[in-house]
Amino acid sequence: MATIHVDGQSYQVNGAHNLLQACLSLGLDIPYFCWHPAMGSVGACRQCAVRQYKDKNDDKGMLVMSCMAPAADQTRIDIEDEEAKAFRASVVEWLMINHPHDCPVCEEGGHCHLQDMTVMTGHDRRRYRFGKRTRRNQFLGPFIGHEMNRCITCYRCVRFYNDYAGGSDLGTFGSKDNVYFGRYQEGTLESPFAGNLTEVCPTGVFTDQSHSDHYARKWDMQFAPGICHQCSMGCNISPGERYGDIRRIENRYHGEVNSYFLCDRGRFGYGYVNRSDRPRLPERREGPDSEPVSIGVADVLAQASDALRHARRVIGIGSPRASLESNHQLQALVGESNFSTGIEAREQACLELMIQLQRHAGLPTPTPRGIENHDAVFVLGEDPVQSAGRLGLNLRQAALSRCKALGGTIGIPEWNAEALKTLAQDRYYPLFIAWPAPTDLDDVAEARYAMDPDGIARLGFAVAHAIDPAAPAVEGLASAEDQAARRIASALMAAEQPLVVSGGSLVSEAVLEAAGSVARALSRRAKKGGLVLIRREANSTGLSLLGGQPLDWALGELARGNADAVVVLENDLYQRLPAGRVDAALSRAEIRIVLDHQRTATAERANFLLSAASFAESGGTLVNLEGRAQRFFQVYDPGYMRPETRIHESWRWLYVLGATLRGETAGDINLDTVVHACAGAHPALAGMVDAAPDSNYRIDGQKLAREPHRYSGRTSMRANQNVSEPRVPQDPDSAFAHSMEGYSGYQQPRQQVPFAWAPGWNSPQAWNKFTDEVGGHVRGGDPGACLIHPVPGQGSYSQPVQGAGDTDTLRALILPRLFGGEETSARATPIQQRTELPCITLSPEDALGLAVKHGNVVTVNEVTRLPVYEQESWPNGWAGLPAGLIAGLLPGESLTLRKVEEGQR
Amino acid sequence: MMADTPQTTVLIGSDVFDLDPADEAAIVDEMAHYEHPRAACIEALKIVQRRYGWVPDGAIAAVARVLGIGPGEVEGVATFYSLIFRQPVGRHVVLVCDSSACFLTGFQELRQALVAQLGIDYGQTTADGRFTLLPVCCLGACDGAPALMIDGDTYGPVSPGDLPGLLEDYR
Amino acid sequence: MSHSIARQRDSVRYRSRLMQPEAERRPDTHPLTWRLRDDGGVVWLEEYLRKDGYQSVRKALAESDPQAIISTMKDANVGGRGGGGFSAGLKWSLTLQGGDIPRGYLICNADEMEPGTFKDRLLMEQQPHLVIEGMILAALANNSFYGYIFLRGEYVTAARVLSRALDEARAGGWLGRDIDGSSFDFDIALHTGAGRYICGEETALINSLEGKRANPRAKPPFPGQSGAWGKPSVVNNVETLCNAPGVILNGAEWYQGLSGDRTDDGGSKLYGISGLVENPGLWELPMGTTGAEILDRAGGMRNGRQLKAWLPGGASTGFLLPQHLELALDFDTVGKEGSRLGTGLMTMVTQEQSMVALVRNLEEFFARESCGWCTPCRDGLPWTVRVLRALALGQGEIGDIELLEKLAADCGPAQTFCAHAPGAAMPLQTALRHFRSEFAQGISEPRIKAEEG
Ligand SMILES: Cc1cc2nc3c(=O)[nH]c(=O)nc-3n(C[C@H](O)[C@H](O)[C@H](O)COP(=O)(O)O)c2cc1C
Ligand code: SF4
Ligand code: FES
Repeated sequence: MATIHVDGQSYQVNGAHNLLQACLSLGLDIPYFCWHPAMGSVGACRQCAVRQYKDKNDDKGMLVMSCMAPAADQTRIDIEDEEAKAFRASVVEWLMINHPHDCPVCEEGGHCHLQDMTVMTGHDRRRYRFGKRTRRNQFLGPFIGHEMNRCITCYRCVRFYNDYAGGSDLGTFGSKDNVYFGRYQEGTLESPFAGNLTEVCPTGVFTDQSHSDHYARKWDMQFAPGICHQCSMGCNISPGERYGDIRRIENRYHGEVNSYFLCDRGRFGYGYVNRSDRPRLPERREGPDSEPVSIGVADVLAQASDALRHARRVIGIGSPRASLESNHQLQALVGESNFSTGIEAREQACLELMIQLQRHAGLPTPTPRGIENHDAVFVLGEDPVQSAGRLGLNLRQAALSRCKALGGTIGIPEWNAEALKTLAQDRYYPLFIAWPAPTDLDDVAEARYAMDPDGIARLGFAVAHAIDPAAPAVEGLASAEDQAARRIASALMAAEQPLVVSGGSLVSEAVLEAAGSVARALSRRAKKGGLVLIRREANSTGLSLLGGQPLDWALGELARGNADAVVVLENDLYQRLPAGRVDAALSRAEIRIVLDHQRTATAERANFLLSAASFAESGGTLVNLEGRAQRFFQVYDPGYMRPETRIHESWRWLYVLGATLRGETAGDINLDTVVHACAGAHPALAGMVDAAPDSNYRIDGQKLAREPHRYSGRTSMRANQNVSEPRVPQDPDSAFAHSMEGYSGYQQPRQQVPFAWAPGWNSPQAWNKFTDEVGGHVRGGDPGACLIHPVPGQGSYSQPVQGAGDTDTLRALILPRLFGGEETSARATPIQQRTELPCITLSPEDALGLAVKHGNVVTVNEVTRLPVYEQESWPNGWAGLPAGLIAGLLPGESLTLRKVEEGQR
Repeated sequence: MMADTPQTTVLIGSDVFDLDPADEAAIVDEMAHYEHPRAACIEALKIVQRRYGWVPDGAIAAVARVLGIGPGEVEGVATFYSLIFRQPVGRHVVLVCDSSACFLTGFQELRQALVAQLGIDYGQTTADGRFTLLPVCCLGACDGAPALMIDGDTYGPVSPGDLPGLLEDYR
Repeated sequence: MSHSIARQRDSVRYRSRLMQPEAERRPDTHPLTWRLRDDGGVVWLEEYLRKDGYQSVRKALAESDPQAIISTMKDANVGGRGGGGFSAGLKWSLTLQGGDIPRGYLICNADEMEPGTFKDRLLMEQQPHLVIEGMILAALANNSFYGYIFLRGEYVTAARVLSRALDEARAGGWLGRDIDGSSFDFDIALHTGAGRYICGEETALINSLEGKRANPRAKPPFPGQSGAWGKPSVVNNVETLCNAPGVILNGAEWYQGLSGDRTDDGGSKLYGISGLVENPGLWELPMGTTGAEILDRAGGMRNGRQLKAWLPGGASTGFLLPQHLELALDFDTVGKEGSRLGTGLMTMVTQEQSMVALVRNLEEFFARESCGWCTPCRDGLPWTVRVLRALALGQGEIGDIELLEKLAADCGPAQTFCAHAPGAAMPLQTALRHFRSEFAQGISEPRIKAEEG
C-alpha cells in the first residue's frame, strides 16, 4: 500500500501499480490508449500525461506519463493541471490528424475508446488543415475486418497478438507517420485469439466480421450475462441481440476465469443460434420415413405424454452440452435409474476419474487466472489451445511470467512490459508438453514429447516416481524417457508452484492416473501447486457431478428391448457412438422424444421433436473444468420478435411434460425453482444455488437492465407485424428486465453485469469501472460458485499400466481442434470457413508400411477420404484424425486405411 | 521433436520462394554473431537484397523460417529500414543527401539536375532499369557537401556539371 | 571506360580528412589525431603499435583494476561525444556488475547520422585501432564479454577498414581469449545498419542490434541494467571511446589540462564546420575553443558572405547568432544559450539563406526519421512540416507561428518517448525566437475562424 496525492487529495493505492492503473482503480479518469490492464505499459501514445511534483515543496513539477511512473508512496500528481490537460488535448488532436472521422458508418461507433477519450479530453474542433493519409485494407479471414485508416498507432494490436498471444503473422510495418498494422501478406489471421483484437483495438481498425454481417449499435442490443457453451472453460460472455438474432459475442470480464479475453471459437461460434433451419416449433413425425409436421404446444404435450404413459419403460438421455437444470428435469421425468448422462462410457469413466483426482490427488485446481501464477507446468495428453481455447492463453502467460520474476531482481516493475520482454528475451518458466502432435504452446515450451497415450502415461508415472520414490516405478523405461522424466521432475520440484495439466482428450484413464500421480507426488513432497483437468464440453463436469449411466448403457437397454421409449436432451447420439449402435437402439424404441435447438441426426429420428432454447434464449447452470458452477441468463425472449415460434428452455418443456404425464396442470416453474430442485436432489450440486443471485435480486429496488439506456426503436421494432406494441416480455426467471428500464450503473457493486457501460465509457474498457482495481475482481464478486474441493488426506498412488502393446492395425487418435471440433459452433458459418482442411496424420514409418506418401489420399473405414500428413516423431501405430470429422469414431478404435490411387480421385 | 503442424502448412501454403542455398548459408553464419538468431534479420535481408537488388515478397517468410521468428516480425524490420528495399530498384541506387549541410550548399540544384538528367523523381526507377533515385539522411560528408552516394561510393562536393561523367560509369 | 571519365569520377570521390597537418599534431595535445598521416592513409596495426598503440590496454590489463579505470574516466569527466555530453565515467560506474549479473556488451555507437556531423567517420576510416583500443578499455571497466561496432550502413569505407583492423587486432592478440596474457576475454563484431537516423539513439540502437525495429526503449531500466539481450550494456560514441586510451595512459589531470583555461570541461574535441564557408573541415582542438576560431580556421564565410545563424553541433541543436561565435564551445556554455553543444560540428547559415526553408528542411528530416512509436513525434512533426511548407509558399495563416510554438513545446523532453523529437523541437523553437519576422512573412491569409458555439 502506498499513499499518493492526486489534485490535492490523498488516496491509498497499490504501490506496485503505475499511476495510471492506480488512478483508474480509484475511479479517477485519465485518458489512455497504449496501456492495457492485461498487457502493461509501454509509454507510446503519450495520452496519459499528468503533472508530477518531486515533493511537497515542488510547485513546478513536470509532465510524466502516468502509465510509466510508479505509484510510489508519497507521489504527488495533478491530473487537472492546465498544462497537462493542454498536452493531453494535443495528443488526441495529433491522433485525429489522419483519422477518417467516419463514426457514423464505423462499427466501433458508440462503443469506441477513441470516441470516449476524444470527448474526455475535450477535443471537438479540427485545426489541421492539410490532407489526410489513406491506406489500403487487408482481407484477414472470416473473423476480422480491417480498416487501417482508423488506426491511431497505439501498438496494442501487435502487443496483444504477438507478445501476449504468441502470434507471428501480424506485424508493424513502415515507420514515421506511416505505421501499418497488418498481416505480412493478405490472408487469414492465424492466431486462435485474433478475435480479441476487436476489443483490444481502441478504435474501429479490427472489427468483428460476424457482427458486420448483421450490424447493430451497442446501444441497440440487448444483453445478458452469458457463459460460453463451446468448451469446458466456462468463459463469461456478453451476447448481444437485436431483432431476435444474436449479433455478436463479446468478452464479459471475470477476474478469475477469462479476464479480458476469449478464444475465437467462443467469440465467433454463435451462428448456430441464428440458423434459419432451427426447430422453432414442436414437430411430430408419424413414421420413420414421413416428413415431420409442426404441431401446437398443447398437442405435442398431450400426444407425447400419452405415448410415454403407454410406454413400458422410458430412458432419459441427458447431455453435457445442456444445463444442469435441463438434465435434472429430465432425470426427474424418467427417474434416476433410467437416466443416462448421454456420455460415452470411456469418456464418462475419465470424467469421473477427473473429479476424483480433483478431490483426492492432493493438489487443488487453480482458477484459469490462477494458472498464470504457476512457475512450472507439465501438460500430459492435451493440446490446451485446441481443447480448451482460452486456457491455452493462461498457460502461455504462466510460461511468460518468468519475465516478472527476472525483472524483480533488478527492480523492473511488473507493468513495464517492454522492459520485461527485453530482459527476459526467450527465457520462460519451464513448460513440458507430452502430446503426439505439435501444439500451439510449443514456442514457449522447454520440450514437447511426441508420444502415444501409453507413452504419455508411462512418462507421467516416471515423473511421479522421480519426484517421490514412494510412487511406483515404471518397468522397462527407455533411457530417453527416464531422462525426460528426471528433467521434468526436477523442474517441477524447483518451482514454487508447479502445475499439472491433463484432461480427457486422449480418453485415457492411464494418462489421467499418471497426471494424478504427479500431482500426488508433488503434494507428498509438500509442494504447493495445482492440477488442471480439461473436459471436452461445456457441462461435462456438471454431468459427472450429477451422475447417471453412460450412453452405452442407455443404448444397450433400448437395443435389448428393456425399454421402449427414450427422451433425448440436446444430444446428437451419432456424434458419440457408431451409427450402427445408435440405429440399433433407436429403431427398437417406439417412442423417441428429442429436445434440441439444432437439427441433428438424432433429431431426425424423433417422433416428437421439442423446440428447445439455445443458451441465448434460456437460463441455466454449467460447471466448468475448475468445478465452478456458473449461471447464464436468457438474452432475449424468442417469442417477442417471432411470436409464431414456440421455443422453450428444455427444463421448462420437461417440467410441463412431466406434469402433463402425471395428469396435473403444470403450475408455475421458474429458473429459481429448478435450480433449487436440482441442488436439492444432488448433494454434489448443492452449491450451484450460489452461482448467481436469484430472480428477487434488486438494486435500489430495480431489476437490472438488459438494454443500454439509449436503446432505440423499441416501439417500432415489431411494426411490420403489428402496430400495437406488446409490452416487453416479463422475466420471471431472473433479476433482469427485458428493457432499458432498470439498473445499469456501476456504482453499486454487482456480480452479474450484462454489458459494460459507464458514463463516458462506452467501449469494453468500461469493465474497469466494475472491478475492485483494474484487472482485479468484479466488485460484486467474480461470478460462480465452486463445487469441487480437495479432500485432505486421502488417496493413494495407482499402478502404472502396461500399454496394450502393439497391434497390427492403426488405432485412431482423435486430435481436438478449436475450429470444427465442437458440434454446435461447427454449424456457424465463420467457424466453417476457418476450419482447416482435415488430414490424417501418420508416422513416416507407418506411411511407408501403407505405401502412402505425404499428400496421398486414403479412405478411412471405407468412407472418409483424407490426405495423408506424414509427421516426424508421430508415434507409430496411431493415426491422427481431427475431432468432429468422423461422427461416432471412438479414440483407440482400429482403422482400415486404403490408398486411393491417382485415377480414382 | 518439434515439427511443423499440419494446420499451418495448410494455412500458409507452400511458399514459392526458396532462398538461394548460398544466401541461406550466409544467413546461418551471421546468426552465430549474436545471442539470438533474430539479430541476423537485418543482415539476412541485406544478403537477399544483394542477390535480387531488393527483397522479394516471398523472401520474408523464407528468412523468417531460417531465423525461427514470425514473418510479421521480418516484414516489420524490412519495412522499417530505409536501405532495405521492398520494391524492385534499378541496377544502381543513387542516394542524394538532403540534410542541412547539403541543403545549404547546393542540394536543390543537384537534385534538380539529377531529376532532369535521369527523368525520374524520388522513389522512381529509370525506364531502362539502370537508376533508382532516393533521398538519404546526412551522409557524414558535410565538408564535401553537396554529397551523394551511388551504390557503395560517396561523392562530394558534386556540382550539376559533374553528373554526366559520374553517372556514365554506372552502366 | 575512358580514362578521362575514370579520373572525373575519382576527382569527385569524397574523402574524409583532417585539416591540421601532422606537424601541428602532438601526442600530448592531440590524443585523438596525432597518429593520423598527412596522406590520409589508414594507420594499420603495425604503424599504430609503433605510435604507442595499445599501451593503455597493456597498462590497464596489467593493473587489472576496472574500478580504477572507471574512477580515472570519472575524474577526467569525458563528456559523451555522441551529442548528449553525459560523463562516460559516470555511465560506466552505473553498469551492473558482480554477483549473479552476467557479463554484458560494450557497444560502440558508430551510427553517425546527425546532419552536419562527419567526425566519427574520420576516426574509423583512418585510425580504427584507436576505436578498438578504447572499446577494450571500456569492456574491461564494464565487465563486458563482447563488443559490437554499430556502424551505419552507408559507411562502406569504414566498414572495410574496421573489419580488417579487427582481424589484425585478433591476430595480434588484442582481441579474443586471454588478451595480452591477462586472462581477460573480449572480442568485437562489426554490425552494419540499414539506414534510419533513430538507430543512433542508444536504446533504439540496441533494438536494431537485436534485429528488431529501431524503436527506442523506455528508461529506466538503463542499458547498464538491462541492455542488449537483457544484459548490462554500455553504449558510447566513437569519439568518446577514442578518448579513453589517452586518459588511461596519461591520467585525468593531463586530460583536464588539455583544454587549458577555456572551459571547465577537459580534453580535446574534434570540431568541424560546414555550410558556405571557405574551407569546411575538421580539426582536433582543445575543448572550449570558440566558434570564431573554428570559423577563422575555415577561412571565414565563403566569398565574403554574411553569417546569419549557426547550429553548434548538428541538426538537433538550437540556432545561435553571430554574436555567439565568441563563446566557448563546451557543454555548459552552449547549453546556457538555449542550444546544445551536440556533436560539436557547426553548420553555418548565410544572410541570404531562408530560415523558413532551412527549418522546413530540418523538420522534414526529423519527421521522416521518426521511428513512429510515440504520438507527438510521429504525428506532431509532420504537422510542423506542413505548416512550414505553407509558410515557405506564402500560404501561412494567422496563428501558424503560435501553432508551431505549441507543437515545438509539446515535443519537449519527457513529453516524447526519446530525445529525437526534442531534438527536432530545438532548432524550430530557436529559429522562431530569433527570426520570427521571417516566418511571419509567410502568412498571407487571415485564418478564417470557425464560428464559436
Ligand atoms: C535521435 C538520436 C540520434 C542519435 N544519434 C547518435 C549517433 O548517430 N551517434 C552517437 O554516437 N550518438 C547518437 N545519439 C546519442 C546516443 O543516444 C547516446 O547518447 C550516445 O551514443 C551515448 O554515447 P556517448 O555518451 O559516448 O555520447 C543519438 C541520440 C538521439 C536521441
Ligand atoms: S520521439 Fe517517439 S516517435 Fe520520435 S523517434 Fe523517439 S520514440 Fe520514436
Ligand atoms: S497510456 Fe500512457 S503513454 Fe499510452
